[in-house]
Formats: sequence, structure tokens, C-alpha cells
Amino acid sequence: MSKETIAVPAKKKKTKEPLFSAKNKRLLYDPLNDNNPITVQVLGICSALAVTVKMKPSIVMALAVVVVCAFSNVIISLIRNIIPNRIRIIVQLTVVATMVILVDQFLKAFLFDVSKQLSVFVGLIITNCIIMGRLEAFAMSNKPWPAFLDGIGNGFGYGMILIIVSMFRELFGSGELLGYRVVPDSFYESGYFNNSLAIMPPMALIIVGILIWIQRSRNQKLIESK
Amino acid sequence: MKPLRKLLNNLKPNFEKGGKLEKFYPAFDAFETFLFVPNHTTGSKGTHIRDAIDLKRTMILVVLSLVPCLLFGMWNIGYQHHLALGMMNVSVMDNFIFGAIKVLPLILVSYGAGLTTEFVFAIIRKHTINEGFLVSGMLIPLIMPIEVPLWMLAVATIFAVIIGKEVFGGTGMNILNPALTARAFLFFAYPTKMSGDEVWINTSPEKGQTVVDAYTGATALGDAAAGYQDKIPNIIDSFIGIIPGSVGETSTVACLIGAAILLFTGIGSWRIMTSVFAGGFLMALVFNLFGLNTLMQISPLHHLTLGGFAFGAVFMATDPVSATQTNTGKYIYGFLIGFLAILFRVFNPAYPEGMMLAILFMNVMAPLIDHYVIEANIKRRLKRIKPIQNQDG
Repeated sequence: MSKETIAVPAKKKKTKEPLFSAKNKRLLYDPLNDNNPITVQVLGICSALAVTVKMKPSIVMALAVVVVCAFSNVIISLIRNIIPNRIRIIVQLTVVATMVILVDQFLKAFLFDVSKQLSVFVGLIITNCIIMGRLEAFAMSNKPWPAFLDGIGNGFGYGMILIIVSMFRELFGSGELLGYRVVPDSFYESGYFNNSLAIMPPMALIIVGILIWIQRSRNQKLIESK
Repeated sequence: MKPLRKLLNNLKPNFEKGGKLEKFYPAFDAFETFLFVPNHTTGSKGTHIRDAIDLKRTMILVVLSLVPCLLFGMWNIGYQHHLALGMMNVSVMDNFIFGAIKVLPLILVSYGAGLTTEFVFAIIRKHTINEGFLVSGMLIPLIMPIEVPLWMLAVATIFAVIIGKEVFGGTGMNILNPALTARAFLFFAYPTKMSGDEVWINTSPEKGQTVVDAYTGATALGDAAAGYQDKIPNIIDSFIGIIPGSVGETSTVACLIGAAILLFTGIGSWRIMTSVFAGGFLMALVFNLFGLNTLMQISPLHHLTLGGFAFGAVFMATDPVSATQTNTGKYIYGFLIGFLAILFRVFNPAYPEGMMLAILFMNVMAPLIDHYVIEANIKRRLKRIKPIQNQDG
């Protein structure tokens, strides 16, 4: 959790804020680009390397993180005023763990094969720094609705990168997308080979690196002053 | 020469500021300085080392020192091909021509793909073309098996230039040796085309001749890893280089001629070269004392002539950018490369040739070695000033 975002201080407002005010919209969109959990804050890299061999598990993983992140944000935000400060990490962990177990049981019940592919990585969402980071940085000091949006935004920011990375890895590593063969047979007949480096974790790291490179060269806000 | 200069002078205004093709100035500059000694001098902000040898001349000297390896490699490709087909009485020239026809496409593709990438980056980033690729473009085909498909070579070259070099800022900034990055990429991405016993010798049938019965396509180290002691070529053959292997790395003699050129011109570091051989020799000697498997039983000197050890020691480990910069660091760096290369060879049958991985690994470690060498130096010198401080106090 090296590069944590600074919590947006909850403003005291007199009039009732609309549900999707400009500020709330930013909570939703910021993590997709300017404040992406993976490419900007460089959090949650381990799972991004581990589950992105194929697109299907990455999509499921992305959704799982969205759900866990959003609802644990809401729960923590609801009880933020009664959590004793000294044990707040343990309380946060308990909430996250509860959500993860719910998601895990759900996957086992309805998507058993994907659940088997993801194996321990669903359980390891508990240790995903993005979730703990959002709880500490945002949910502890904000109302439930913004916290919910923040959770959704960060979950999708994470999931988006996961899906992009897995798309490239599945395309080059297996010649498939979502399990359907997209590289035509004539390619293989004329000497095309699947790239087995794409199946290995280093390629995920390289793709994440390239994404960061592209994002930084397009988005001037992210370039540090020299 | 004169008409060429005239042509360049005529074209020049188009590329200079305000010209129609201003964007492509880096490309023009590259060609101009490649053909003629540039007439501009270092600006007031540059380092003021004046020498007749600039980056382009350095690089071209390294390419020249690779020529013995290249020529021998071409002959060997032809020789191995004809040997596999049982055609023993082929003249030296025919062997050479056959090899040249097979190797030239590799060189063209390597230079074509790599230089195009360099040009694109130079134009986007508006800097002059980096000369570094002149050497990498020659090294890459020399460390490839002859049967590598050309598209794979192109992909690997582009990958090496972008991921190995441009992401770090271009020539002089890279952490890893770009040529080895290309090879490592292919090795892990397309293992069936980069290892095993089907890629080292061209066995396309010829005039009714087919592959002879006793043919084995494995390299010496491949055979050794599989435990076939009697199939390992003797030390004379492997020293001269009449063995199957990547295009330019089989001959230790050719590598040593290249080493002589590099050392004579002062481009290659003798500290690195000697310590790589020393490290490899010592490690092989230690293993030889145990002699538990076929690879361990190979004598230390024999080890140094097999595979890409000599080629890596002379041309790859001495890469001035990715190697260590301090003199003490160079000894440590070189020694560990030789040491690790033999270690990988002997203990990891999945990678019968450990030289590539050993050099890449030490490339990553090089800044760390330099850091500690410098720290140690600072500490040593700090100790020296302490008594004087005490006298004052």
C-alpha cells in the first residue's frame, strides 16, 4: 500500500446532494483512468498476474472484486463511527472476509468450473490491497453512498485492467477469446505458433507495464514534474 | 564519394527545420552520419571527451569483430547440412554458399525489423537514431538456430528493441542485453522452435539425398544433458566449431579472433572476458571432481568450448551498457556469469545452455554490484581521513 490516495474529506453540506452529482461521478470514473488501482497506484498486482491467463476467470474475478469492494465499503462506512480506532483493521478484515466467503460460496454453487480455475485466488481477495486501501482511505471517512460508488469504481478500475491483460494473454497464448478459437486454422497451417510466454506470469507483468506506459504518455496529469 | 555528398547536400534542406520532411530528420541524420564523418561538434553542454572514435565507429568495429563468427557460421551451416544428408565430399565453397543463403535472410530480417522499430521511435521521440542496433542486429541472427522461422525472428527483434531497450530510454539506458532479450523471448515463447534436436541443422532433402540413419540433430550440450557421453564431440571439434549449434556461436576459434579485435581496439573489457572464462573454468573443475553425471564429467576446458560460452563471454557479457562499470565490479560480474552458466548447464536439464540466462541474470545484478563496489570504496576512503579529524579535535 505504498501509493495511497488521499481521502476526499467529507464536506458538510446543507442542501441534499443529488445521487450522481459531479463529485460522485468522479468517484466512479476516476479509478478507471486517472487513479486506476493497478496502473497508477500499482496495487493488486499479484492477482492480476495470476488469474489473467484466460478471459473467463478474469471477468469473474473482476466481478467478485467489484462486489466485495462495493459492499465492504458500504458496511464499513455504515459502522465507521462506532469502530474503535485501535482495532479498525481487524474489523475491516472481518467484514472483507465475510464478503469474500459469500462470493466464494456463490461461485462454488453457480459457477463451479470457474471457481475451480480461480482456486485460492477468490479467497485471496481478502489480502488484495485495493480493498483494504479503499476501506482505510475512503470508507472510514465517507458516507455509505459515496463509499459504494467508490467501491464500484475501484472494482471496475481493477477489473478493466484484468480483462485487457487477459484478452491479450488469451489471444496470443491460446489463440482464443473467451474460450472460442479466433486465430484461424490456416494461420497454424502456414507456421503460426501460440506464444507460450503469454501463458506465463511475466507476460502479464509486461502487458501491465505497457498499459502504464501508454496511459502515462497519453494522460499528462500522471507525469511527475522532474 | 563526391556525388554522394552532393546528393545528401541537395536533400538536406528538405529535412532541416522548416523543410517539408522535417519530421524525418532523425532518419536522414542517421544515413548522413553513417556515410560521412559528421561536421558538427559537441555542444557546450555535452561531455568534452574528444576522440576519433564515436558510437558509430565503436559499433562498426564490434560488427567487424563478429565477421569471423559469421563466416565460420555460414560454412558450418552448410557443412552440418551436407553431413546430415550423408554428402561428405562437398567443397568448402559449396558449404559456405549453402550456409550464406540460409543465414542472409536472418540478418536481413533482424536488421529490417529492428531498424524500423528504432526509426519509428526516433521519429516519435524526435531524437537521432541510436546506433546501438548496428551490433544487436548482427548478434541476433548469430545466436539463433538456423531453422528459426523468419516471422518469429522479426517478432523477437521488435520485442527486444521495444521492451529491452526503448522502454528504458533507448541505447545506453537498457538494463538487459537486447540481443539476449530477443533470444530469451523466443526461448520461452516458442520453445519447440528454439530448443530440442530439430532446429539446429537444416535437413531439407537435396538431389535425392535424405537424412542418414545415424543422424542426431541435438547440440553437444543437448546430448550431454540427455546422458549420451559418446555423442559429445571431442574438444578439437568443439574448439574449431564443427558441431551443431546456433548460427555463429559454435566456433571458439572465431570467437577468440573477435576477442582479439575487441581487445586490441580497446572496445571489449579484458577484465570481463577473462573473469567469465575463469568463473566457468573453476565451476566446471569443481563439478568435474564430483563427476556425478555426464555434464559434470566433461572436462573444464571442454566445457568452455561447448555451446555459446565463448560467444557469450566475448560479445554478450562485455556489452558496455548492461555490464558493470567499475573495475572491481567487472571481475565479480564476469566471474559470476561463468560460474552461473556452468551451474545452470549442469543442474537444470531444461536449459542445457545456461549462458543466456546467466548473462541476463547478471545484467540485472550489475547495478547492484556497482553500487556495493562504490560504497566499499567510499568506506575505505572515509577510514583514511578519520585520523586527521582526530588530530584536529
